[in-house]
Amino acid sequence: MNLNYWSWDTFFDALPVVLQGLGITIGLTFASYLFALIFGFLWTFLRRVPNRFIHFIVTWTMEFIRSTPPLVQLFFIYYALPVIPYIGISLHPFACAVLGLGIHFSTYIGEIYRSGIENVDKGQWEASTALNISTWDKWRRIILPQAIPPTIPMLGNYFIIMFKEVPLASTIGVAGIMLLARSYGAENWSYLEPLTIVGIIFLVLSYPSAVLIKKLENRFNKRFDKNQIMKDKGAMQ
Amino acid sequence: MAEPIVTYKDVHKSFGDVEVLKGIDLDIYPAEKVAVIGPSGSGKTTIIRLLMTLEQPTAGDIIVDGRNLWKMEKNGKWIHANENHLRSIRGDIGMVFQHFNLFPHMTILENCMTAPVHVKNEEKSDVKKRSIEMLERVGLGDKLDNYPSQLSGGQKQRVAMARALVMRPKIMLFDEVTSALDPELVGEVLNVIRDIAENDDMAMILVTHEMDFALDIADKVLFLDEGVIAEQGTASEVIEHSENPRVQSFLQRFRG
Repeated sequence: MNLNYWSWDTFFDALPVVLQGLGITIGLTFASYLFALIFGFLWTFLRRVPNRFIHFIVTWTMEFIRSTPPLVQLFFIYYALPVIPYIGISLHPFACAVLGLGIHFSTYIGEIYRSGIENVDKGQWEASTALNISTWDKWRRIILPQAIPPTIPMLGNYFIIMFKEVPLASTIGVAGIMLLARSYGAENWSYLEPLTIVGIIFLVLSYPSAVLIKKLENRFNKRFDKNQIMKDKGAMQ
Repeated sequence: MAEPIVTYKDVHKSFGDVEVLKGIDLDIYPAEKVAVIGPSGSGKTTIIRLLMTLEQPTAGDIIVDGRNLWKMEKNGKWIHANENHLRSIRGDIGMVFQHFNLFPHMTILENCMTAPVHVKNEEKSDVKKRSIEMLERVGLGDKLDNYPSQLSGGQKQRVAMARALVMRPKIMLFDEVTSALDPELVGEVLNVIRDIAENDDMAMILVTHEMDFALDIADKVLFLDEGVIAEQGTASEVIEHSENPRVQSFLQRFRG
């Protein structure tokens, strides 16, 4: 088979160029994810404020953010935000991407936290009250340690989903692998090899991440001694 | 006679349109053992949940050791108690639940230690020593590092009692603590309660279906019916010699 449209020379020529953006792509993934994890807490707690008005505002803001494409949000933050009088600020593309992707995904992460918290038995709250545990310690030592571990697989999935949305940042000029591949393509008039490289990089990173998350999940389960429960169940059958 | 440690003054509680407590007046004295009996839905559990601050009364006052539990004075006016006020009183009260409510992510020793260490800021080594003593007392000294999921229901409930005792409450509340247990495990839990009742000088309020046990350890028995205290007195007065037809039919149903 003669693949005359595919050139290994171009491939190996483009590879180091594209790889230069890997640090930015991975850095942006982690930064946005961290932002989303923290901001997600904010949503979760704001929704718990016992005030109908705040609850209404927060719920609809989350709905709005979730129902608009992340690409539009990125463009808005990068192009439109700076021209708004008084509050308008002009940010570095990387910061815009962290803000845009971080806020978008924080709404999903906030939902995950909420489901985790709601799954903690009501009796756990009551026992904490009966032991006179402070509100802060209640969250920190009793509720969250039970609410978060079961959500780790879901949180992990969102990490990988977010990683795959990071190339969107190339549209506002973040020099990750996607932008470098596109500019290599434009300069050399060959898009096939550099974009294939981008695809391979994503595959090579996503798959091990999924495996890693699975491992992490098992480790957290062990802390909860679920294995012991499984063993007990096995012994009973 | 000494001052009561807990006083209910015309306490009412409604859930939506349903009034569960319709005016409860009650004095409980230090070291007194009180059993609360009555048909399900009569408001037994609600009485102690109000005292544990798990529910708010709709009307009336609950006085704990001379202080109003659900109200506080501010600038000469009585306002609804805030969390700080509740916390300052709640420390005197401990509770054991029907479904144990142990913390599943902690070993049973950690279950006992977490509140004294973080709530009362006590020295960790003291708390550890006291927790181990308490767990030995309830017969679980060999399970310190086990997780709740590895214990039987009776063992879980004994841990829950040790956990409450380590806090050294002045008043202990027991909310149908044997109702979720398999019949063969009830005895071991009742033995621990009996041990506490005989050797500790705290006041105890037991909501229970164990009539014979209540008769045995209680100084005072309350018969609750449709949100009011229909009958109260010593165990033998209420359980054996009551002339109230509601009490009689309830006991008859119970004893078959």
